[in-house]
This record gives sequence, structure tokens and C-alpha cells, in this order.
Amino acid sequence: MSFDISLILDSLPKMLSGIGLTFQLLILSGVLGLFLAFVLLLMRLTEKWYFSFPAQIFIYVFRGTPILVQIFIIYYGLPQFEAIRESIFWPILREPFGCAIVALTLNTGAYVSEILRGAVLAVDRGLLEAGSALGLSRNQRFIYITSPLAIRLGIPPYSNDVISLLKSTALASTITVFDMMGIARTIVAETYAPYEIFISLAIIYMIFTFFIQKGFGYFENFMSRHVKK
Amino acid sequence: MTQPLIQMQNVDKFFGSFQALKNINLEVHKGERIVVCGPSGSGKSTMIRCINRLEKHNNGKIFIAGRELTDSEKDIDAVRREVGMVFQSFNLFPHMTVLRNLMLAPQLVRKNNKSKAKETAMKYLERVKIPDQANKYPSQLSGGQQQRVAIARALCMSPEILLFDEPTSALDPEMINEVLEVMEDLANEGMTMICVTHEMGFARSVADRVIFMDLGEIVEEASPQEFFENPKNERTKLFLSQILSH
Repeated sequence: MSFDISLILDSLPKMLSGIGLTFQLLILSGVLGLFLAFVLLLMRLTEKWYFSFPAQIFIYVFRGTPILVQIFIIYYGLPQFEAIRESIFWPILREPFGCAIVALTLNTGAYVSEILRGAVLAVDRGLLEAGSALGLSRNQRFIYITSPLAIRLGIPPYSNDVISLLKSTALASTITVFDMMGIARTIVAETYAPYEIFISLAIIYMIFTFFIQKGFGYFENFMSRHVKK
Repeated sequence: MTQPLIQMQNVDKFFGSFQALKNINLEVHKGERIVVCGPSGSGKSTMIRCINRLEKHNNGKIFIAGRELTDSEKDIDAVRREVGMVFQSFNLFPHMTVLRNLMLAPQLVRKNNKSKAKETAMKYLERVKIPDQANKYPSQLSGGQQQRVAIARALCMSPEILLFDEPTSALDPEMINEVLEVMEDLANEGMTMICVTHEMGFARSVADRVIFMDLGEIVEEASPQEFFENPKNERTKLFLSQILSH
């Protein structure tokens, strides 16, 4: 087997041209997913079953099924329904990119809401009792005590989820989105050189992961500044 | 006599099937200093935690300054504004400076403006003798300093009553005195206090009444002199012999 360096050098710029799309997938679904996760968290934290139960079902469904299956159901499945094709969501669900965003958002939202819930539950109960004893209302305790502490506790598992979301964006290529992975697959189909192409693609993803890790590391240090001596 | 500040009438508290408090009757008047002692698991903490509704009592009635503690959020909030609490594990907010810890509740609950809240905070930091630590985070202070900050934090709400839940139990021995001194000062200034503690020296010198609890009941209630010199109940005698023997 030969390892063709010039082929790598040729195809790197091509793959990197998909970087914008990869980042759009990551950032859009990351931000929307975080918002969704927060809504799900609030639903679960209320003691009303008609809020917490639907949230639990949603989380169970989206954590319990492969993301590739979710992407296929949304992309191939939903347009079968007349109601979907006539709904206001059709402009989004008509496009492979829109479908990918929807699938990634729903999936990451389910995971992240569990991360947030774990972080909220990990906040020392004594601090909330101190807040109660001082007369702070439930909302005030949540805003001033629980949230800042939970954010810090949630950073490490959350950064893990962002990294895994970055890699999940590659699945969008299965429904004809030309992100970095989509472009790589096209090049492989033309050149029959899977090793060169996929290995260099893997390295690109690793470099991004490195920066995400670093970024969250700084954020964690910033949020932990009160712990330092 | 005037109306008591705290009235507990036939209060029961259950945790599942375990009965933590059995028919508690207690009256505390303004300016009284009560020390509660007893073996661990006897219900001391649970009793004072019922007073500001950190625990919800199951039977009986509790009145604070004439207002009954019910499920009503309004009553609970009103009571909590008048009752300060100091915890065994300090429970300072770790992500806020000392000053912010003290200013938070006056600003949010009493709606004081920032400069007023800060002024009050500094006043009480002076009083617990650590104004120079105002801009540090709790983790940068010693245990004794943290507990003094916690006392100052409770005082900033100018409560009618202060509850102490084993305030010195988590401290290193050399730091116990600095906290007890602050508590004694408060007692001498006429603060109404209920103090769960094993510091018998403090009980002797400060308390108007000592309450001994065992198995969820108030077993004995007497002046400190009576309590230490001439305990009536066998369980009290046994407890005192255990903690005073060394």
C-alpha cells in the first residue's frame, strides 16, 4: 500500500472548504440544543407531573435511539406526511441542512438537559437551606445560588457533549449535507484513497477538539476563581 | 407576661415512619437564651429547623411572633425574615465574596439599596471582628472566620431570633472560642437565641434555660445551675456524666 502525500495536500483545502458548514451545524445545533436543554430542565424541576413527565419521555426517546436513526426519520420520514409539508416547518425540513440541525438539536438537547439536571442536583443542599433561612424565594435561590454553582459543576460534562456533537455533525453527510465529512466522502469516491483522506480528516477533527477542550478549560478556570487560594 | 416570641404546641415530626419529634412544647420569650443539648439523633436540630420551616412539622402548631407557620408561602417568608440561622457547616455561598454573602439577602429580601446593604454588612463585619476580610472568598478564610461571617450574614437581616445549629461542631478546637465569644456578645446584648450545642461552658455562662432532648422528646428543662448541679431525669444524668467526665 502506498501513502500518497500529494493527494492529502490536494484534498485538504477541499475538505477545509466544508469547515463553514461543519461549524454552522455545531454552533446552531449547540446553541439551540442548549436552549432546549434549559427548557427541559425547568420542566423536570417543576414538581408538576404534566411538565416533568413529557420532558422525561422526550429525553428517554432521544437518548434511547441512535442519532443516525433520528436523522433518517426526520429527513426521510417526516416529508411523507401531508401535514408536515404544509406546515410552517416545511422550509426547514425540506432542506437536508435543516433536517440535520433539527436532529442534532433534539439529540443534544436531551443529553445536555440531563447534564444540567445532574449539576443542579449536585449543588450543596446546605447552601440552599442557608438561602431559605435568609428569606430568599425559590426563584432567587435558583438564580443567585444554584445557577452559578451548577454552571461550574456542569462545564466538564458539557464540554464532553460539545465534542461529541462536533463529531455527530459528520452524520449530516449521510443526508447529502456537504460538510467536511460530506466532501471527504466525495473525494474518496473519486480517488479510491480512503486512508489518506479519512486520516487527514480525522486529524482535522482532532485539532478542533483540542481547541474546544482548551476553551472550556479556560472557562472552567474562570468560573472556579473563587475556589483558588 | 407578654406573648412568647416562639411557641411550639404539641409538635410532632416524622421522617417516613421514624418519629423525630414527639409532642414538643416550647415557649421562648424575647431576650431569652436557650441552649438545647442531647445525644446525636435526639431531634435537637430537627426542632430548631422546624422553627424556620426548613423542616415541616406534621402535627401541632408553631407560632413565631404570633404568626402561625402554615403551608402559606407568605407566612413562611415572613417568619424567615425574622429568624436568622447559623449552621454547623457555615453554608457560606462559595462563589461570592464575604461582602456579597452579607449583602445578598438585605438587597433581595429587604430591598435595601446597594450602599445601605454595604454599610450594614461592614457594620456587622466590624462586630465579628473581621472587616479586613470583606473582599475575600469564603474558601480563603479559616473555619472560625467563616462561622463569624455566617453569624454576621444572619445579623444583616436584623432578625428577632437567632438559631444556632451546632455552630462550633465543625471547627478546629483553637477556633471554637472566637466563635463562642461572638455568640456571648450577642447574648449579652439581648438577642433572643436558641442554640444547639455541646459547649457546656457556654450553656453555663450564657443560657437562661437548658433543654435536654432524647429520642425526640424534651426530657428536662431547667436553669443552667439546676441542670448541671441537680439534674432530675436519669437520662440527663447519664448524658451529663458522659460528656463531663473528661
